[in-house]
Amino acid sequence: MKRQSWSGLSLLWRSISRHRSWREQWRQAQPKPAYDAVIIGGGGHGLGTAYYLAAEHGLTNIAVVEKGWIGGGNTGRNTTIIRSNYLFDESIRLYDHALKLWERLSQELNYNVMFSPRGVMMLAHTVHDAQVLKRHVHANRCNGVDNEWLTPTEAKAFCPPLNIGADIRYPVMGAALQRRGGTARHDAVAWGYARAADAQGVDIIENCEVTGIRRGATGTVEALETTRGLIRSSRIGVVAAGNSSVVMQMAGVQLPLESFPLQALVSEPVKAVFPCVVMSNSIHAYISQSDRGELVIGAGTDAYTSYTQRGALHVNMHTLEAICELFPSFRRLRMLRNWGGIVDVTPDRSPIIGKTPVPGLYVNCGWGTGGFKATPGSAQVFAWTMAHDEPHPINAPFTLERFRDGALIDEAAAAAVAH
Amino acid sequence: MLLIDCPWCGKRPELEFAYGGQAHLVRPSRPAELGDQQWADYLYVRRNPSGLHAERWRHAHGCGRFFNALRDTTTDQFAATYKIGDRRPAG
Repeated sequence: MKRQSWSGLSLLWRSISRHRSWREQWRQAQPKPAYDAVIIGGGGHGLGTAYYLAAEHGLTNIAVVEKGWIGGGNTGRNTTIIRSNYLFDESIRLYDHALKLWERLSQELNYNVMFSPRGVMMLAHTVHDAQVLKRHVHANRCNGVDNEWLTPTEAKAFCPPLNIGADIRYPVMGAALQRRGGTARHDAVAWGYARAADAQGVDIIENCEVTGIRRGATGTVEALETTRGLIRSSRIGVVAAGNSSVVMQMAGVQLPLESFPLQALVSEPVKAVFPCVVMSNSIHAYISQSDRGELVIGAGTDAYTSYTQRGALHVNMHTLEAICELFPSFRRLRMLRNWGGIVDVTPDRSPIIGKTPVPGLYVNCGWGTGGFKATPGSAQVFAWTMAHDEPHPINAPFTLERFRDGALIDEAAAAAVAH
Repeated sequence: MLLIDCPWCGKRPELEFAYGGQAHLVRPSRPAELGDQQWADYLYVRRNPSGLHAERWRHAHGCGRFFNALRDTTTDQFAATYKIGDRRPAG
């Protein structure tokens, strides 16, 4: 089925013709008995992988299987922050590759993902914070990535609601600003990739839970057992986020992952009051304003591993206390909704993207609390890895073997907290 | 917030506790004989099950003692808590 191309003109024409000619954006595909490649997990990273496999590597007899609905996991549950100001060279290359793809993603997919590079400002509240963030600024600039140090006054000029008073519990001592960072519409990323992949012939199979991975006599993957029948494929990519340990266990692979609930919440919608993204790693406050007007607030992870997609209220309260102190004008806002997602965290807080000990089985996991920003870059290099049966130079350092070889990419120590 | 049954102090709110990760990890008795992969497995690989999980907790703002718990990670309900050194209960 040919994709309907969208533009301002087509919108106008469909409006005049009473919106009767809109078609579904992707087919409700039924699983076929066999595919050249199958992606497990219909989030942004998985759908994107399918799209790039089809669009850039000519693999069109492929499927994405998703146990729920597409974009219903962490893609639809995150706080949509996009940035690339990581500390280590390997991370900077990976995340900035993604950021460059974000900049033209709407055009590439013919789908408005509402990428808004409004600037991401990370606050420093202690001498240690200031040293760490300045080190990030220098590391980024050495790699050609924009990041600049702001004084408290400059930070307030960039984000007027910010309280830079000296009398608060954690006064603002400065900030690192990445102007190219920002936000995007998370649902649109899943839908845009799904529509673009479908147009290339990719089958997107929802409500299809993988229950087993079959391997042949030589250990190679042969088929997936699913709730909608057996699907044969000799090339399988696991992009299952919080459930990666569970899925990989089906193939006998144990991963260095732990799954934690990560919570977020939104306020009632208000007029445009917040011009950028502000993050404070030290006091766990992450905030921006959606185009609908809701303040989108990210909280921290709960302390314990869980698959429940919910967490405890005290975690949200901890973040709201920090938000109210940093932005006193938000104290009377009511919160509208809160929810949780399950994030798969590695010991070094860097993802695992690459091959596995099982031939034909590939994994893209461990994005922890910050995977959304990497969606296009992660998907593109993972598709390359699956197509060539070897890692792309950008994801080559992010192997599973780095834990054995001691080549950690320790963004955990770099940030000291989740990011 | 979870209500956690400390084997020494009884049921207390989660805020009094610190999580200690997977339980029953035993440090290798002959570390010099371990290969890189075995070290990686010991240091980094975790079971991370969807279901019953044996894990350590510490009653940090109470008696200060470590203990183990068996919790279902799909419901967050505790099946049991037990003292360090005790065997993992059936289940």
